Formats: sequence, structure tokens, C-alpha cells
Amino acid sequence: MLSVKNLKVAYGQIVALKDVSFEVPAGKIVTLIGANGAGKTTTLRAVSGLEKPVAGSITFKGQEVGGMDAHKLVSLGIAHVPEGRKIFPTLTVRENLELAGWTIKDKAEVRRRMDEVFTFFPRVAERVGQLGGTLSGGEQQMLAVGRAIVTGGDLLLLDEPSMGLAPVLVDEIFDKIVAINKQGTTVLLVEQNAAEALEIADFAYVLETGYTTIAGPADQVSCDAKVREAYLGV
Amino acid sequence: MNSLKTPRLLFAAAGLYVVILVMNLTGLLNDYFLHIINQSLIYVTLTVSLNLINGLTGQFSLGHMGFAAVGAYVSGTITTLLFNVKPTLVNYPIFVLALVIGGLAAALVGVLIGFPSLRLKGDYLAIVTLGFGEIIRTILNNISVVGGPRGLLGIPKFSNFHVVFVVAFVTLVVVRNLAQSSHGRAFLAIRENELAAELVGLNTTRYKVMAFAIGAFFAGVAGGLLGHLLQMAHPTQFGFLGSVLVLIMLYAGGVGSLTGSVIAAFALTFLTETLRMVLDSLSDMTNLPLGDWRMVLYALLLILIMLFRTEGLMGTREAKIVVLKEDQL
Repeated sequence: MLSVKNLKVAYGQIVALKDVSFEVPAGKIVTLIGANGAGKTTTLRAVSGLEKPVAGSITFKGQEVGGMDAHKLVSLGIAHVPEGRKIFPTLTVRENLELAGWTIKDKAEVRRRMDEVFTFFPRVAERVGQLGGTLSGGEQQMLAVGRAIVTGGDLLLLDEPSMGLAPVLVDEIFDKIVAINKQGTTVLLVEQNAAEALEIADFAYVLETGYTTIAGPADQVSCDAKVREAYLGV
Repeated sequence: MNSLKTPRLLFAAAGLYVVILVMNLTGLLNDYFLHIINQSLIYVTLTVSLNLINGLTGQFSLGHMGFAAVGAYVSGTITTLLFNVKPTLVNYPIFVLALVIGGLAAALVGVLIGFPSLRLKGDYLAIVTLGFGEIIRTILNNISVVGGPRGLLGIPKFSNFHVVFVVAFVTLVVVRNLAQSSHGRAFLAIRENELAAELVGLNTTRYKVMAFAIGAFFAGVAGGLLGHLLQMAHPTQFGFLGSVLVLIMLYAGGVGSLTGSVIAAFALTFLTETLRMVLDSLSDMTNLPLGDWRMVLYALLLILIMLFRTEGLMGTREAKIVVLKEDQL
């Protein structure tokens, strides 16, 4: 579904991604793991159009999408849950979700997807009239994922969904990611919590200072001696 | 998009219009007061249009009077230099056309200034818009055709209570409808979080430029009205202090609240006039130059608002009458 080849991204003079290549097959969960500053977030930002690549290619559903505007990629089917959730703080939960359906003409469809979010995250349903900024961290993360569900798309990009969450909530969020995937959405997951990510992923890539270094099926990558030492702490 | 609530606002406005007019005709409200009301209404237009850029879309602009200057000078040039018309009813279409062209010229400038805002945020944008306002003022100061530092004088007095009232009302309704329609949530989304707005598929560039263009258009029209009310357009009138005055009104009323903008524009215009009268008579009595302290009191007011009521008079709340019926999604 998504194929990234020799991707290079720079912020001015600073080259964040030097040579990143990976594949995300349809229907699978693929995870990118790596330390702070390895380029995980930049990779996702390039895929969703927030950063323009200097070199390399990003192919989505057979179409070259590198350098396209982010809002256009949304209608092509890429939903990105950014790092730090980025909900609309002084709009209500309902308004947050309604805005997520911006590109959808059929408002009945938006409402149907919102109901889907409410059954998926009952906690979000309880808070529907509350302002986004007054939700707890976990609820905000649920709302952010819920927003991506409303936006819809075939490929869901998740940037550090577990960041700042209590362990019990981390488990809940990861369960939901698996459930979303089971419904047919392909997932590209970026995580510092390598152990959890490798557990649910089909394929894994390790990013190190702008390069993809290790790649393979998730269970294989989690057995890799270097990965075990550097990212799993065993 | 329009719902049943527009007539309610329309009736309220019409009621206010009739009351003021009747009070003026019966002598309860003298022409001096009517003049202050006219000025207040022009400030309503300026504050509400700044609210679209600054409050609803969250693009901090310090150069709103620059747009007004463009409108004032362009429309003033048309009526005064180009046609040299007398302010009669027959010539009114020329004035209206001049106002619209002034507004469009300001909108064009607004689009130009909107582009840096695509890359800049917060303080940086504020400084760019501040610089822009000063550039406009300096340019006007140096064009001798429009009077240079002397200002453009002898502008026919086309502005009156009727036209000023209608413009303020139209501005309020247009900005209200933009902000409260489901479509207009785009502006709010950009204010709330631009990245997230882009990621729900919203063309943030388009909406930011649109906010600047529409806000600048109405500011330009307001500038034109001001020129044709005071019968002159002067570069200093549209300087940084002018923009700050509108900003104070916006913050005093509550950023994001149109109701607040309207109330604050009236309250502060009247306060300015009251202070002028009180301080002038005080200086006459005491022989001290107290008149200059007006702006100090004004600045003090801003400090007090920021300290004790950061959200302004209304916060982001609206009076019921200004609320468009919730669009059913």
C-alpha cells in the first residue's frame, strides 16, 4: 500500500532523514522503532505531506505522493494522528470529531463514523459536550484516534500513541489499534515503547540517525540481539 | 446557511437604528453625540473585521489600520481627486463605488500580507504585520498627490449615520455567518491547531488568506467611511497607535466574541470622548496639561484587562441574538 524508497528529508541545513526505505503492505501493522531523534516523526510527517522530501520516493496506492500537500493526501486516504495528539482544545469533543469529517461531503456518513468512534471509545462518548482541552491525556489520545477514524482512510499513521499515558491506558490504546487494523485499516505505527509495538506489529523497521538499519517480520526483529539490547532492554 | 436568527439580529439592529434616529430628530441626541456614535460604528466595523483575522483565525495582526488607510486613501482619491464630487444624494453611487473599490484594494493588500502569515506564527507574524502597517503609513506620508504628511484634505462628507450603521451591521452579519457556519469552523480549527486542521484535510493556506482578505476588505471600507466622516485622511491617523486602539477594543471585548467587539468598540469610543472632555476641563481649571494623559489611562486600562480579566468582557461567548442557529451536521 505504501512504499518509501531512499527517502531524504532536511530541515534547512540539518538532514533529518538520510536514507529511509520501508514497505507497508495492505492490511498489516508496520512499526518504526528507534531512539529520540532517529527520524521517526519526520518519516511520518513526510508520508502525510507535512514535510517535503529532498530526495527519494513515497508511493501510496501506486501513486507518487512525495511533496503533495497534507490536506490533499487526506482525501487520498492517509490519516495521521500526530505526536502530542493536537486536538482542538477550546472546541468540544463533538466539534473536534465533526471537523475531522471536513473532507466528507455526506454528513450522514460523518455521523455514522462518529457513532463508530463512540462505540469504540465509550469514554469519548461520555465527554461529547466537553471542551477538548479539558480531557485527560488518555482521553485526548482516544479523541485523536477517534478523529482519524472519522477522517477515514486506508492508511493510519500513529505517532507515539502511548506517550505520556498510564500503562493500563497504553494497553487499551494498543488493543484499539489492533481492532482498527482488524477492520481493514493498514497501520504505520511509530513508537518508543518498542516492546508493545513489536507485539502487535506484523513488520518492524529500526531507524537510527536517519537510516533504516534493521528490517523484518516483527517477531524476528524482536529476537535480534541488537534490538533486544538497545530498545527492549533485555 | 442562514437561519431564522438573522431576522432577529436584523430586527434588533433596525430597532436601535430607529431609536437613535428618533432621538436625534427630537433633539434628545445632539449632532455631537451622533458623531461619536458614527465613530463608534466605524470602530465596530474595524474591531469585528480584526476579530475574524485575530480572534477567530488566530493570526495575530498588528497592522489593521494599514488596511483602513488603503481604503481611506483609495476611496478618498476617487471621490475627491478623481471626481471631485459634492456630497449630495445624486453623487451617492460614486461614494458607494469608491468605498467598495477602497475595500477591494485593502483586500488585495490583505492577500499580500496573508502570504507571510502562511509561514509565520505568533510574535513573528505580529512584527511582520506591524512593519507592514508602518510601511503603508510611510508610503502615504511621501506621496504628494494625496497630500503627503499634510494628509488628504477636503474629502466630501458622504459618511452619515445611515451608511455607517449599515456597514457595521453587514460586517457583523458576514463575519458572524462565516464564523458560525459549519464551513466557518475552518477558521476556528486553524486558530486551535493549525497542524491538526491540515491533517483533517483542511486547506489551511486558503482559509488564512481568506481571513486576511475578508478582514482587510471591511477594514478598508471602514477606513473609507472614516475619511468621508472626518473629511480628511491623515497618515498618523492610521499609524501603529490606531491599530493598537482597535486591538485594545478586541481584547477588551474578548477575542473571538463578536458581541464583545461591538460592545467594546462603543464603550471605548465613548470613554475616549468622555476622558477628552473631563481631562480638558480639568486642565482648564488647574492649568495643567492633563489632556495628554488620556492615552496613559487607555494603556492602563489594557494592563488592567490583561491582569484581571484576560478573556475580556465576553471571553468567547456571544449574546444569544448574535448566535446563528447551530448547523445540523
